[in-house]
Amino acid sequence: MATESTEAAHGAAEAAGHAAAAGAPGMPQLDFSTFPNQIFWLALTLIAIYLVLSRVALPRIGAVLAERKGTITNDLAAAEELKLKAEEAEQAYQKALSDARAEAQRIVAETRAGIQKELDAATAKANAEIAARAAESEKRIAEIRASAMESVAAVARDTAGAIVGALGAQADASAIEAAVAARLKG
Amino acid sequence: MATEAEGGISIHPMDQFIIKPLFGGEHIAFYTPTNATLWMALAVLATIGLLVVGTRGRAIVPSRMQSVAELAYGFVYKMVEDVAGKDGLKFFPYIMTLFMFIVLANFLGLIPMSFTPTSHIAVTAVLAGLVFVTVTVLGFVKNGAHFLELFWVKSAPLPLRPILAVIELISYFVRPVSHSIRLAGNIMAGHAVLKVFAGFAAVAWIAPASILAITAIYALEVLVAFIQAYVFTILTCVYLKDALHPHH
Repeated sequence: MATESTEAAHGAAEAAGHAAAAGAPGMPQLDFSTFPNQIFWLALTLIAIYLVLSRVALPRIGAVLAERKGTITNDLAAAEELKLKAEEAEQAYQKALSDARAEAQRIVAETRAGIQKELDAATAKANAEIAARAAESEKRIAEIRASAMESVAAVARDTAGAIVGALGAQADASAIEAAVAARLKG
Repeated sequence: MATEAEGGISIHPMDQFIIKPLFGGEHIAFYTPTNATLWMALAVLATIGLLVVGTRGRAIVPSRMQSVAELAYGFVYKMVEDVAGKDGLKFFPYIMTLFMFIVLANFLGLIPMSFTPTSHIAVTAVLAGLVFVTVTVLGFVKNGAHFLELFWVKSAPLPLRPILAVIELISYFVRPVSHSIRLAGNIMAGHAVLKVFAGFAAVAWIAPASILAITAIYALEVLVAFIQAYVFTILTCVYLKDALHPHH
């Protein structure tokens, strides 16, 4: 800056020399005859700029800036609200999910208990039936066995009587019966 | 002149600052439209173009022009708020007017062949004088005689206070001078230097260096154009703060 100023001063001095030679005033800045003109137009300029700024430009820009600030604040608030809502919705969803899960568990347990009960009842019934059938079968087997023994005894008696007859002896019926009974016991 | 003796170089770095009537004639009355008038009017048009036409969409998501307008608004608004305080915001439109005029006049002045109103001490003196008068009147209206405490440094030892008061008083009255000359001087110096280097570009063997220098100084001037507008504005805010809160 310093060199610039000295250069400028040098230039100014040079110009002053020129101007003096030409018979005109040195620095145009010091030509007081132009001062009223400059001051007059400067005043008009400043008034014009001031009117434009204070009437139109500054209120408008101020309003735009305020509006932007308001919009940003509102948007942030809305975003916050939406975030809360989303969190609420997620909580509700989680709750619904856990409820549904619990319900499903309950239904599963209930169904299982019902099936178990039915199964138990069917098993008991089947057991009872099996037991009844077995008892009946045993009875019948016993009957068959008894009748078979009886038949065996009769056959043995007849056979014994016939054998004794064939040997030529008169068999005593009671003796044969006693002998067969003794044998069958053996 | 030595430069002319070197053959063909004629450097008139100050000619760009001459105020000429736009539509011919020699006499400049106070109402004559001049090149100063033209470039001030262009500054007004640029202000309207940027801050009014640029923001016509009033968009929540701004266009480029609207972004720049909002940036300028926010820049000055924050400066006034930070430096002069909340109660300084009443004067925001005035300070914004000063800033927009200076910054646009400076930038428009960087267009080749243009004229820079802010390079004239008459213009900057009026701007600085307006600030000085406004701030002084405001200081007395707001604080009455307490405004004079600005010059009576209570934190200093008693014997020193009269001396400090004199220094403070002088510095207070030098304010408009430095305020105006800083702006006009910087802009004038930069433009004159550009013209000097441009004059040297007429000599073939210096021309490359000269053009490089012009480029570099032009870049510097772009910076200076903004910085001087910023400095003028922030000093205005500082003076406003002194008027609103004169206690050290």
